[in-house]
Amino acid sequence: MLWGLTALLALQLAGEVVVRFFHWPVPGPVMGLVFALALFLPLGRVPKPVEEAGGTLLRHLSLLFVPAGVGVVAHWERLQQSWLVLGVVLLVSTLLGLAVSAWVFERLGGGEDAF
Amino acid sequence: MLFEAIAPWRELWVYLSATPLFSLTITLAVYLVWEWVHRRSGLHPLLNPVAWSIATLGALLLGSGLPYPAYFAGAQFIHFLLGPATVALAIPLFHQRRRVAAHAKAVAAALLAGSVTAAGSAVLIGAALGLDATMLRTLAPKSVTSPIAMAVSEQMGGIPALAAVFVILTGILGALLGPLLFAVMRVRSSAAKGLALGVVTHGIGTARAMQIDPVAGAFAALGMGLNGVVTAVVLPWLG
Repeated sequence: MLWGLTALLALQLAGEVVVRFFHWPVPGPVMGLVFALALFLPLGRVPKPVEEAGGTLLRHLSLLFVPAGVGVVAHWERLQQSWLVLGVVLLVSTLLGLAVSAWVFERLGGGEDAF
Repeated sequence: MLFEAIAPWRELWVYLSATPLFSLTITLAVYLVWEWVHRRSGLHPLLNPVAWSIATLGALLLGSGLPYPAYFAGAQFIHFLLGPATVALAIPLFHQRRRVAAHAKAVAAALLAGSVTAAGSAVLIGAALGLDATMLRTLAPKSVTSPIAMAVSEQMGGIPALAAVFVILTGILGALLGPLLFAVMRVRSSAAKGLALGVVTHGIGTARAMQIDPVAGAFAALGMGLNGVVTAVVLPWLG
């Protein structure tokens, strides 16, 4: 568990360093994800401690968004001014985006489970 | 309010609200309660624990007058784990690598279609409903993870702090209503659901996709990562 967590943090750290150094428009953790894949692919498997620590984090991924989400209250007054318009925009555009994306994916055969 | 009724309680509240312990504990406790409710309801999509935890804690903050920065000083210990958790999304992606590679073309098309539709329709509808240019530039990157959305909106002349709020609200809407939408549309494939959730509703949608199954989770992680890059590179150009 501790080894796995350390490995994940080290990969994130590597991601942050590279992204900052080259001024890439990608967040450090996403670059860390790419590094992790670059490690797993030639290895042919996910090291067990990483699988354990990562699995624990991913099982509770929803929880991790709560603190940032509560930040909505900090902008409460501004949101209240035009909540109806913003609500409509966010609702419609999100549903449209999801519908189009899923539809295109299935249309192009992505939906057939070949494995 | 409630705490201010009696002087000694008030003193205790002043002390407690200033320690990280309080907001950390309450965040976990509120989340666990909603997760329990969610499970008890047979995983009803409208009882999404993230959405209701945020609403409950938000109401608590507004009601008690505890400022968000004071709350975040404690809750940041949970927030911090988002970094390693994002790296850990490589695990489901690795396990599903063959499936992902087999569907590369569908992934690319769905990525572009979802990304353009979500951002484009937000800007068009917002403009039609009379939002100003600054607000539209703030709304455009709402489908991607908040660090990217904040940077992109800033580059385009939007308001980064508000962009982060739109990102969160988009994620909550997608996690709440996405599964219902897929049911109405009769989307059966987990890969399609996951990819759409990842592309349009970033990490919160990905967390929701992980609850569907590992295939949905892997495609969501892929969609989230790819749309982050596409949006970061393309949107500032258009702005």
